[in-house]
Amino acid sequence: MHTSTIDASPAPPARKIQIVPLAGLPVVAVLLGFVIFAIASNKFWPLMLCHVAGGALWTSIDLFVGLAIGPIIGGMSPPARAEFSAKFMPKMVIIMPMVVTMTLATGLQIALHLGTLNLNNGARNWLVASMIVVGIMAVIALGVLEPANITVLWEMNKPNPNPEIIGRMMKRFVYTAGITGIMQIATLIIMTRVATL
Amino acid sequence: MNAERKFPKAVEVVTVSLAAVVVGGVWLGSHAPRRPPLALPTVLLVVAAALLLAGITMITRFAGFSWNTFVRVGRWALLAYIIAAGMIEFAFVRNHTRGTPLAVVTGMLVVFALDVPFLIATTVARYDD
Repeated sequence: MHTSTIDASPAPPARKIQIVPLAGLPVVAVLLGFVIFAIASNKFWPLMLCHVAGGALWTSIDLFVGLAIGPIIGGMSPPARAEFSAKFMPKMVIIMPMVVTMTLATGLQIALHLGTLNLNNGARNWLVASMIVVGIMAVIALGVLEPANITVLWEMNKPNPNPEIIGRMMKRFVYTAGITGIMQIATLIIMTRVATL
Repeated sequence: MNAERKFPKAVEVVTVSLAAVVVGGVWLGSHAPRRPPLALPTVLLVVAAALLLAGITMITRFAGFSWNTFVRVGRWALLAYIIAAGMIEFAFVRNHTRGTPLAVVTGMLVVFALDVPFLIATTVARYDD
């Protein structure tokens, strides 16, 4: 039955955020299976597919999140930021470790296939530089960015989330995403240089 | 805020442990396909493991630490990073890494697979009531 009065009922309780989106796990399982197949078969095309697809997604997402989405989140009002983060961050929890694993697990094998790590190969120094860049990004992403991401989602799931903790962790997320985004430019330069030597 | 000030530097210490493992990994990777000199990565592995133990000790001594949250978050993160470390280990084994170099790589991957869940779970748990 309809009523003509303005609805003054209290806001519905906040929906629980699924920190790890379970619907994405079958996709992760398929991709992991393909990476295992690529490594075990030692065939060049599956290895290259994993490395290039994973690396392209990793670089693009880092650049886009760090330099486009991050500043947008930073400029949002707290409720809008919370709403966006609740939908966006669980996806990052599942996508980023997957693309990083795809890229790193196959990278060394491709270098051994191509002989690009041999002492007399011109690409060697570039690849070592790439490993250093990836290493720095890994420490920032795994040591700071990802814990901040999970903390935000965990805090949001509480009956009374602490806005100070969420704000501090979001700031940490946005800054570290910006740093890794800028570092990915180095990856682009190195990888295109290696491909054109 | 008070609890934040008193919280031990466990996250910072274990981040240095993670950095030591990453430097060791870059060192090993940069020497492929030759047999790498193992002195530096072995030292880094020992330092990384010691720092991880120091971090664990720090939080065990912190009164009121939310162990329930730590375990709830940490177990899933541990599962995820065991899978990731396992894939990297598989790549090394598949590419004929054997003997002492494989032992050092395995040790580093074990520390890596413990460091990251520790960092995630401790960061979440320190802010939990």
